[in-house]
Amino acid sequence: MNNVFVICETEEGKVADISLELMTKGRSLANDLKCKLEAVVLGHNLKGLENELYPYGADEVYIGDDKRLDPYTTLPHTAVIVELFKETKPQIALLGASTFGRDLGPRISSALQSGLTADCTALEIGDHFVKKENKEYKDLLYQIRPAFGGNIVATIINPDHRPQMATVREGVMKMEVFDKSYEGKLNTLDIDKYLKPEDMVVKVIERHMEKSKVNIKNSSIIVAGGYGMGSKENFDILYELADSIGAEVGASRAAVDAGYADHERQIGQTGVTVRPKLYIACGISGQIQHTAGMEESAMVIAVNNDPGAPINKIADYVITGEVMEVIPKMVKYYKQNTK
Amino acid sequence: MGLNIIVLAKQVPDTRNVGKDAMKADGTVNRAALAAIFNPEDLNALEQALRLKNRYKGTSITILTMGPGRAADIIREGLYRGADKGYLLTDRAFAGSDTLATSYAISHAIRKIEDVDLIIAGRQAIDGDTAQVGPQVAEKLGLPQLTYAEEVISAEKKKLVVKRRLERGVETVECPLPAVITVNSSAPACRPRNAKLVMKYKHAKTITERQNESEDYIDLTADRPYLNIEEWSVNDIDVDSKWLGLSGSPTKVKKIENIVFQAKETKHITSSNEEINDLMKELIANHTIG
Ligand SMILES: Cc1cc2nc3c(=O)[nH]c(=O)nc-3n(C[C@H](O)[C@H](O)[C@H](O)COP(=O)(O)OP(=O)(O)OC[C@H]3O[C@@H](n4cnc5c(N)ncnc54)[C@H](O)[C@@H]3O)c2cc1C
Repeated sequence: MNNVFVICETEEGKVADISLELMTKGRSLANDLKCKLEAVVLGHNLKGLENELYPYGADEVYIGDDKRLDPYTTLPHTAVIVELFKETKPQIALLGASTFGRDLGPRISSALQSGLTADCTALEIGDHFVKKENKEYKDLLYQIRPAFGGNIVATIINPDHRPQMATVREGVMKMEVFDKSYEGKLNTLDIDKYLKPEDMVVKVIERHMEKSKVNIKNSSIIVAGGYGMGSKENFDILYELADSIGAEVGASRAAVDAGYADHERQIGQTGVTVRPKLYIACGISGQIQHTAGMEESAMVIAVNNDPGAPINKIADYVITGEVMEVIPKMVKYYKQNTK
Repeated sequence: MGLNIIVLAKQVPDTRNVGKDAMKADGTVNRAALAAIFNPEDLNALEQALRLKNRYKGTSITILTMGPGRAADIIREGLYRGADKGYLLTDRAFAGSDTLATSYAISHAIRKIEDVDLIIAGRQAIDGDTAQVGPQVAEKLGLPQLTYAEEVISAEKKKLVVKRRLERGVETVECPLPAVITVNSSAPACRPRNAKLVMKYKHAKTITERQNESEDYIDLTADRPYLNIEEWSVNDIDVDSKWLGLSGSPTKVKKIENIVFQAKETKHITSSNEEINDLMKELIANHTIG
């Protein structure tokens, strides 16, 4: 009761990275609150999955293993988790802001009449005082997220409803093993108890899961191009630089919209959030919606012909010049100095 | 054979042009300060509805929107593109609603509309980017939800087939009607206004809009009932006001911060050979690259 809960998702038979990121965050919230960390995984053929969760500090793992829970459809997953939450009464519940979590989260929150905050970029514990009622709320979950097109950051709280639910995008939180030999407890859910025939009305006829080809999120160096690259052809030089220094190519939305790069490379509020050790922004102005997805990069190099470009304000190195002059030079001198 | 479709559409502030003064002290948005537009993904939703209307004879499309009086613009915009009717849900009691209170109100408005086969909404609105209202409306109505839809493949014999675009692939799903769909921006863009329909519906107005017209305004709705945009308040939908507005919203805004760029010590470099060479050497030396 009154614990922190992570609703996990699986990918190719394993617990997805996003869920392990949330476990890492969940563990630290549970430590702050001096409560337990619990996790639930639903699906089919999940044997042994609890062992992937214990090292992240899971005290209780609930596994619901049933044919009817795979492939994922909204209604049976909602039915199980809503009942489980009525039984276990978590104070906090976290999900990935993935197509899974953004489909399931709102359905659960509506059924439980509890608040949900989407796409949080930070989660903290804090108090809240309501002057009018002279009422103090202790240890609430501060759900911090950009809102309004990324121009503001809002701190959202749910004073009176439980669980306090939040989704977080993949890559926003760190993923860190808590204790390799941590031991939790496994609870196997009797799925028959939770499902009704009317939960099974949606049928997946066909599904082909294509693993996304580009994996900018996992790259420690990103070379990103913006509208200032000027053309799809000019993007080639970015691939060349990325190839030589072991990076992936990312893009701003304006570059994606102009057809210079595919959508899956888009970085920012409506794209991927990245935190590489090095981010090279080429011909990117640095609008807030873009920087929201990369400002946690350890180091930023900006290449821009406008010395006043906003990106320069968050850059560690500002190279003022033409992208098509500067980037080939970067390739050339990198090669010269590493031979 | 025809379907009775409701399209949920929202008028949103154009978040691409936000000024400092756009937030009110209570943490809610002062929409009046910004240009108001048809939420982009709701247009994708409308297009899916229009395609079904082209395909299934007798289909009718109703736009349902919740917002201030000027959100009637959204309904007119829908009529200009081929929708048949619109409801504007407007009341001070809705102000300050979070997604759950909004979904509560919308679901009760939908209950008032008879024989609904299909509810189509945009995946998310650009002012909040939450993607919650579609699924929450579905839950409140006890209907199945198909989110991230890219195409309605068919809606025949009370059975819906939809193609969904997920993070790492594509899924085709089937479910019984009625159901709720939310549509992605990867779906086809909405067709433009139709000039004939613009002529026909130019004077479509809500009762409040008609009352606010000057004295020489001639009300045509008696002869042309299609020019009336229905306006509903809390009293027209069967709701308990404690579930609306701020009191019906579990989430509260504690704090709003305007984003400021962090100030840092920055090194400035030109595009000269020496300086770029030095930079690359430095990055290699300190193991940033290589
Ligand atoms: C709700 C919402 C969500 C959004 N989400 C995202 C998102 O996820 N990601 C994102 O990136 N954007 C997003 N945007 C868009 C964002 O606001 C900007 O429009 C976008 O990031 C601009 O891209 P850009 O910097 O490539 O283009 P521009 O702003 O056009 O900047 C081009 C830059 O290139 C420079 N330049 C031009 N020519 C050269 C040259 N020859 N050599 C060197 N420099 C040159 C210019 O000085 C300029 O700084 C979003 C917007 C909204 C409203």
